[in-house]
Amino acid sequence: MELNLNVLDEQERIGFLLRSLYQEHGFTRYRMSKFEEYDLYSRNKDFLLSEGVLTFTDLNGRLMALKPDVTLSIVRNMKDCGNGLQKLYYHENVYRVPAGSDGFREETQVGVECMGRVDGKAIQEMLKLAAESLRLLSGRYVLEISHLDLLSAMVDTVATDNGTRERILRCSGQKNLHGISEICREAGLAEGAERPLLEMLGTYGSPRTVMPAIRRIAEENGCGDYARELGQAVASLMGTEEEEHLWIDFSATEDLKYYNGIAFKGFLEGIPDPVLSGGQYDALMRRMHRKDRAVGFAVFLHRLDRLNREGGAN
Amino acid sequence: MEANRTSQVNYLNVALPKGRLGEKVYQLFAEAGFECPSILENSRKLIFENPETGVRYFWVKPSDVAIYVARGAADIGVAGKDILLEYRPDVYELMDLGIGKCRMAVAAPVGFAEDPARTLRVATKFSRIARDYYAGIGRDIDIIHLNGSIEIAPILGLSDVIVDIVETGTTLRENHLEVRETIVPISARLIANRSGFKFKREAIERLMAGLGGKDK
Repeated sequence: MELNLNVLDEQERIGFLLRSLYQEHGFTRYRMSKFEEYDLYSRNKDFLLSEGVLTFTDLNGRLMALKPDVTLSIVRNMKDCGNGLQKLYYHENVYRVPAGSDGFREETQVGVECMGRVDGKAIQEMLKLAAESLRLLSGRYVLEISHLDLLSAMVDTVATDNGTRERILRCSGQKNLHGISEICREAGLAEGAERPLLEMLGTYGSPRTVMPAIRRIAEENGCGDYARELGQAVASLMGTEEEEHLWIDFSATEDLKYYNGIAFKGFLEGIPDPVLSGGQYDALMRRMHRKDRAVGFAVFLHRLDRLNREGGAN
Repeated sequence: MEANRTSQVNYLNVALPKGRLGEKVYQLFAEAGFECPSILENSRKLIFENPETGVRYFWVKPSDVAIYVARGAADIGVAGKDILLEYRPDVYELMDLGIGKCRMAVAAPVGFAEDPARTLRVATKFSRIARDYYAGIGRDIDIIHLNGSIEIAPILGLSDVIVDIVETGTTLRENHLEVRETIVPISARLIANRSGFKFKREAIERLMAGLGGKDK
């Protein structure tokens, strides 16, 4: 008996399409076939997309968690591979409380993780794969890219203490430029001290248009290397059909606790939340005593419910 | 259903807070080139659109504006800073419109002497703002969450102080209360959905320019 592909619903179909794509790119499947102890997630609470974690007591009395996340488990279970590159993908159900919701939901996500000697080329490949994943979902997509070390260095030009820094970062993620100016005045900084930061945050859009200004601002503030890294990361996509979908924007995320370097999010027209999220997470690796560098992303299949068939995967 | 979704994608969808503030906001938006004359007609309709300017307005409860925007039913909207601080919706806060100004404040009965050795009982609609404020100054409090008529809580002995929005202070005075501390100034903010902003950038930036620059 042949498998009838019509039995698959849209979410399953897209999930398998993405898996095929990642497999073609040399990624092998990671199966999260066992549960992790709750402790793993409670120690890395801020990394989770939602606050709540469903727990249960295993037969041996240990407090376990019903998968709120996959990346943490991969980081915990895989070994460092030094100079090599470990390329994994997963397709799992996770259990979270979506923002604004009053209960747990089962959500499906497909994701890729690349660990080991993650260099500029590996990051380029990851961005390309993210763009290809979005293109499979809809022709009307935007891949938003930021550089967290550059953002962090620019915030440091005005932040006087940790509290101020946190507040400025939060405003950066909200495109709240007036809020940053208010914080700077409260902190007693001279009028205009935040101008370079505001100029950088206000510079967003296609790399071809905004990169010259970002390079200049970064050079003037002693962080030209980061701007070069950002330029290098998107370089392989320039001149391709993905170029018109790229969007440089430093409001993409302000989570510096786990992420560093290149961070990105994917949006589809008509869907209010990002359907893809990822970036470099060397900071998380260090927190979990891993020496490898890492980059990855996840596609949130449950957010594709509102995607119509015409604009969707084919 | 599909036709609705398509037109939702093409229009710039704006959630306006019902009431005087919303009317003021509409005037500002109309002056910025996003007119929709039908909104001024006296009717019970809640949704108004103008194909010529490509804008669709809808009236919603002020505290719901941020939900419409965060969930993408509206691309942009206008919400008070109090709502943004209390509910922390995942939206862009693009501009301080400089209207609807008031402040979030701690008020207490006139002559109230606080005993630092006791837990302070705080009545409020804005639990998160109150909790954050008192955590910041290291004060132990007991939050009493109310949904309205906050001013009577200290009079009836339900709380020691209140945390609430103060505009002119008349209601406080009439209830023998006085402002003790201003927590944060409040005004109306232009907010946008993160995804909508990327696909309707041109219209949103044109509106912002018409309102007086990228940020006031």
